[in-house]
Amino acid sequence: MEHILAVHPLIVSITVFVLAVFVGYYVVWSVTPALHTPLMSVTNAISSVIIVGALLAATPLEGGIAKVFGGIAVGLAAVNIFGGFTVTQRMLQMFKRKK
Amino acid sequence: MSANLAAILYLISGVCFIMALRGLSSPRSARQGNLFGIAGMVIAIGTTLAQTSVEDYLWIAIGIVVGGLIGTTVALKIKMTAMPQLVAGFHSLVGLAAVLVAGAALYSPEVFHITDETGIKLISRIEMSIGVVIGALTFSGSIIAFAKLQELMTGNPLVFKGQHLLNLALLIGMVALVVVFCFTQSPTVFWIMTVVALVFGVMLIVPIGGADMPVVISMLNSYSGWAAAGIGFTLENTVLIIVGALVGSSGAILSYIMCRAMNRSFISVIMGGFGATAQTDTGGKKDKTAKAGSADDAAFIMSNAGSVIIVPGYGLAVAQAQHAVREMGDLLKKQGVNVRYAIHPVAGRMPGHMNVLLAEANVPYDEVFELDDINNDFPGTDVAFVIGANDVTNPTAKTDPQSPIAGMPILDVEKAKTCLFVKRSLAPGYAGVDNPVFYNQNTMMLFGDAKKMVEEIVKALSNA
Repeated sequence: MEHILAVHPLIVSITVFVLAVFVGYYVVWSVTPALHTPLMSVTNAISSVIIVGALLAATPLEGGIAKVFGGIAVGLAAVNIFGGFTVTQRMLQMFKRKK
Repeated sequence: MSANLAAILYLISGVCFIMALRGLSSPRSARQGNLFGIAGMVIAIGTTLAQTSVEDYLWIAIGIVVGGLIGTTVALKIKMTAMPQLVAGFHSLVGLAAVLVAGAALYSPEVFHITDETGIKLISRIEMSIGVVIGALTFSGSIIAFAKLQELMTGNPLVFKGQHLLNLALLIGMVALVVVFCFTQSPTVFWIMTVVALVFGVMLIVPIGGADMPVVISMLNSYSGWAAAGIGFTLENTVLIIVGALVGSSGAILSYIMCRAMNRSFISVIMGGFGATAQTDTGGKKDKTAKAGSADDAAFIMSNAGSVIIVPGYGLAVAQAQHAVREMGDLLKKQGVNVRYAIHPVAGRMPGHMNVLLAEANVPYDEVFELDDINNDFPGTDVAFVIGANDVTNPTAKTDPQSPIAGMPILDVEKAKTCLFVKRSLAPGYAGVDNPVFYNQNTMMLFGDAKKMVEEIVKALSNA
């Protein structure tokens, strides 16, 4: 039974999206320009959270072509996740203060 | 796992990602931020795998192990100068993953719970079309950017007649195909739409010249975010929507910062053609002579100075002179000279690139300053040491409204008491504009290869 006040899921998604754009705007402006390259590599890594979609597609027993797509996408996203976080960490370790 | 619990865990994961970006507000908190990012990713993946629909782990185990090994190896081996290519390459993978996930949703919509009595829900069709189109153009655009940066293809802008018309046609075609797909759910239309988007992505990047690459990389960063958000809408997955929005706005802000640093409008950058600008004749300067000096002269001037500001440009990285410069700075500091570095936002090939290159050469980050923070200090500084940079120090940007670099923020090196320029010749920089600072009374040119010159200065300093 649909509740009379039920909100369409799309509206919920849009709400989350709009608020996150604002959060992103303010958080990114507060990033120090010296760290803009690590910012790009870490955003790269986290945008690979798209792996959640790939995982769902790759895991049914009978998945057909969708399972193949999902499997490949898991691999691609994994390159990004491991590569992105590792290279970010490598860069951040170089930033040292005056001794 | 209940859907409610999963939603809460996805939310926590999203918060971790926000904390990851938040950490980058200072180098001190940045590493902790990166750990937050990793935690967020682990939570997101764990939550997904704990769902009841997960039956077969083989494929994903292979994918994660193989992908993870490749990613880690590349990340550990990559040279810091090659960071722009790496990031472009990573963007292309996000784009391709978005295309594949959208494709998976097309063939097995029931896995993602996006079906109703009409097949795939109309709203989901719209969302997945947006996701696949942005994903595809991110993929192909990033491949082109990668090829240009890796010098697999020419960095020159590729412009031809009717280009804008062709792009407009592709854009209209893409929108029309999205509409047709939303009505028909036809996989054929879906893939044609994807191919058109791939072509559009290529067309978007080919007209953009090498000097505008920092904008391109930022722009593709933004697109990869919007692609992720598009897929997030399709899957009604909060964390994917949050991340997509974060990354999308991050890339957009970086594009804006880069455009402002070159005083170029975003529109003119994506329309392309920079670098093809005709050489402007500044006239009258040609007969003037520049004063040249030797490494010994430079060492003498700097060791007698109270303060030195080093202005590095990308030429420094090309000559691999970062370590030599840091050594020079260390020797000067030992002699009681106040040494600082001034970074122009477009000093490297991508936002913040020069900072990473200096950090790699063990330059402490608290000696490195952004343009806005240090520009007022040049008048009180004894020596400005410019190495591998040219256009970003050219005052015609402030005085000549006709100049191709007019309005670009400039490091006021000519206001220092003495200005030392390490350069191969008096040739103009990338923008093709003659730099009048070369001919100033208080400027001394140090002709030669950046690395050799600095090494000779280091030798002279340590002998003194």
